[in-house]
Amino acid sequence: MGLRGTAAIIGVGSVKPERRMPHRSGIGVAAEAGIKAVRDAGLRRVDIDGLITQMPGETPTALAEYLGLRPTWSHGVVMEGATGTTSVTLAAMALDAGLAKNVLVVIGGLAPGGDMPADGGSRLREQFDAPFGPASGATGWYAMIANRYAHEYGLTDEQRAAVAVQQRENAHGHPDAIFRGIPLTVEDVVTSRMISTPLRLLECVMPTGGAEAVLMTSASRARSGPQEPVYLLGSGMAVDHYTLGGASSLTTSPVAISARRAFEMAGLGPRDMDMVSLYDCYTITVLISLEDAGFVPKGEAGAFVESTDITYRGELPVNTHGGQLSYGQPMVAGGMSHVTESVLQMQGRAGERQVEKLDYCFVNG
Amino acid sequence: MSEEYLFPVPVPGVITRPFWDGLREHRLLVQRCRTTGHLIHYPREFCPHCYSADLEWEEVSGRGRVHAFTVVHRAVNPVFQQERVPYVFALIRLDEGPILTSNVEGIPPDEVEIEMPVEIHFDDVTSEVTLPKFRPAAR
Repeated sequence: MGLRGTAAIIGVGSVKPERRMPHRSGIGVAAEAGIKAVRDAGLRRVDIDGLITQMPGETPTALAEYLGLRPTWSHGVVMEGATGTTSVTLAAMALDAGLAKNVLVVIGGLAPGGDMPADGGSRLREQFDAPFGPASGATGWYAMIANRYAHEYGLTDEQRAAVAVQQRENAHGHPDAIFRGIPLTVEDVVTSRMISTPLRLLECVMPTGGAEAVLMTSASRARSGPQEPVYLLGSGMAVDHYTLGGASSLTTSPVAISARRAFEMAGLGPRDMDMVSLYDCYTITVLISLEDAGFVPKGEAGAFVESTDITYRGELPVNTHGGQLSYGQPMVAGGMSHVTESVLQMQGRAGERQVEKLDYCFVNG
Repeated sequence: MSEEYLFPVPVPGVITRPFWDGLREHRLLVQRCRTTGHLIHYPREFCPHCYSADLEWEEVSGRGRVHAFTVVHRAVNPVFQQERVPYVFALIRLDEGPILTSNVEGIPPDEVEIEMPVEIHFDDVTSEVTLPKFRPAAR
């Protein structure tokens, strides 16, 4: 048991501490330490498949993009003074589990103060995106993705609407879904208020309050509780970009990598899945994820959802709680609602929306 | 040009300031890595390909294509919502490669198309700030 002897530190990098660094950016300073550690270890950029960071005001995705990394395992750690040691432990866990081969841990940035430069993280978006007027939420970005997808593969408003309509059908079976009992037709969706072309109001999630949680234990203890255990068989992750301009593709998402890794770990494939729960901030997100996870050939998701029953009664149930589009998006817990719903389904506790035959399910966030 | 400009303006940092200073002179500057030759946008301290800090600023043509766009009807910023909707919010792929977030102006929003050729329009929104906007390329 434990991590004893399972991982080692093979490189270090530091930036000389200074009270003021008027010619540096916070993210640049963090990047420098990371580059030094990579070089100290005798590795190259492309060898790094894991990234843990904490930087003031920044996210791991921002540093990944800044450093040209596309890690398949990444975390932000927020543990005050114990952030460094916690990160090392977390990296060891990931290495022990085979989730990554080379994990870069970078903690740092600039001391907060009146002259803190504006080059890093969210401030980059404030400089390079905000002056041009992004749409509300992430809508403008996904709207561009939807337009680019339609340009490359073809996609109609009605096909995107079919996602929202079928998920609403699922929500009617969930007592806690925010839109339960409120009918929705394709006509309703394609005539709802335009938010950012081509996405309309009823294709966008509605933010709500709420929370979602799970409790996990070891497999050896899993049978001692009152509920049937639901086992994690595979997990995959992929970080591609922070700004949309940094994306390797607008129409193939990082799900193409994360899903493949999850299936490989599980020794299973898309055809083995009895149910799918896909992050659905917008209708277009579900279509692209269906393809990139391997459930539908690239470019065919629009036609697929128009011609296939993807409700809990159908041949490939998708987002049986209604998805965030119809269940509600309790902020960052919205993605977690896909996990809790999948557990309830696997345990046979999903009530009137219960999927009949269930051995395996696929969840992404 | 007006000091009454109510829209968000970029606050340059030490690394990004040459980009914004260049725009004030109506020059579009992008970093080039002297080691690998890659063009880099947004500005950084290191080349994201080879990690060299040996970067130089280079003026680019300002010509490109609409990589992706959307016509915004609900803006995140209330000033855009009151004063500007609907407008074109876009990713512009410069002929030299880098991608910029911007607006496409000088054309009705519903006539913008993906891969349409565009060229830069230096929009002096205040005496201090020039934004890189794009218009359909002259034929």
